[in-house]
Amino acid sequence: MDSAGSDAPAGTVPAARVPLGRAADTGLKIVVVGGFGVGKTTLVRSVSEIRPLNTEEVMTRAGVGVDETAGVGRKSTTTVAFDFGRISLDERRVLYLFGAPGQERFWFLWDRLFSGTLGAVVLVDTRRMSDSWYAVDRLEHHGTPFVVAVNRFDGDLAAFSLGEIRQALSLGPGVPLIDCDARVRSSGKHVLITLVDHLRALAGAREGKP
Amino acid sequence: MTRRPVEVGDPERLYTVTGGRSRADGDAFDLVTLIVAESDPAPWMQSEHVRILRLCRTPSAVVEISADLGMPVTVVRILLGDLLATGRITARHPQQGAGAGVPLPDSALLEEVLHGLRRL
Ligand SMILES: Nc1nc2c(ncn2[C@@H]2O[C@H](COP(=O)(O)OP(=O)(O)OP(=O)(O)O)[C@@H](O)[C@H]2O)c(=O)[nH]1
Ligand SMILES: [Mg+2]
Repeated sequence: MDSAGSDAPAGTVPAARVPLGRAADTGLKIVVVGGFGVGKTTLVRSVSEIRPLNTEEVMTRAGVGVDETAGVGRKSTTTVAFDFGRISLDERRVLYLFGAPGQERFWFLWDRLFSGTLGAVVLVDTRRMSDSWYAVDRLEHHGTPFVVAVNRFDGDLAAFSLGEIRQALSLGPGVPLIDCDARVRSSGKHVLITLVDHLRALAGAREGKP
Repeated sequence: MTRRPVEVGDPERLYTVTGGRSRADGDAFDLVTLIVAESDPAPWMQSEHVRILRLCRTPSAVVEISADLGMPVTVVRILLGDLLATGRITARHPQQGAGAGVPLPDSALLEEVLHGLRRL
């Protein structure tokens, strides 16, 4: 399978999106969530076969249809922008990877956008650990299985150990926690494999298999 | 099906695109539902419908259509609902996932995903 797109020199614009094969029939999703600038887009880009694309979802607050109100322009809306990449797993299955911000208004749209996700990656910058705390809490609340990946930045002087990070985020012993470098393809790939391995173990336990 | 309220972004523009509708009958469309065109665009069709049909000559996820059109997912769902109702597209829906009223992913599927990832 070729990975066209990801190898294009920086700054060149791919002529067109690489189309999926005609047999593609199963879309799957994994969400990468984390605070501002933590490296979500970088991680998506490092493993994606297309240059990350972005789009947005917009939703009115208060659950009132716009057509029932006058003055649409004054309506309170929530907008969440997110980006995504794509990995063709085989002829039929296509994995979409979403990079999404962890701030509060995003969780308002979680069910609409990301229900049905296989699982999530919480990307952590140890210099701003509190951003991740909220994401961990919400994922647990939604019952979405996740792993935590620590994106080590160069200026990270504190260099907390994984044990310290586990404690700071109150992660249960069953939640995988790993280091990564979001810029490196093999590292990004390892993060995804760690997540799916974890999901498979959970599914196996549900199904009563080892 | 219950009609859930939705959302418009820039109201002027999106109202034009969706013919004033702001409710989606398109809750059927997940972000990763793959859309396939079943006919060529006709000259009298609305330009957004034409663009979608062109994009979907090969399967395209709803979210890719949204990004390519530069329109919020919600609006794309409405446009797709039109095309589905007239038989111009078909939709290949995701079948497993966490917490969507669909079955949780089983280990056979996850094994396939792992296999694909290891080959990257
Ligand atoms: N040193 C270092 N820099 C990184 C690493 N990962 C990302 N960066 C840089 O950090 C900056 C932010 O990365 P992004 O991938 O844009 O982060 P993001 O989470 O998508 O950011 P927002 O979408 O703005 O919230 C970029 O300039 C990256 O090049 C890393 O592992 N090490
Ligand atoms: Mg980003």
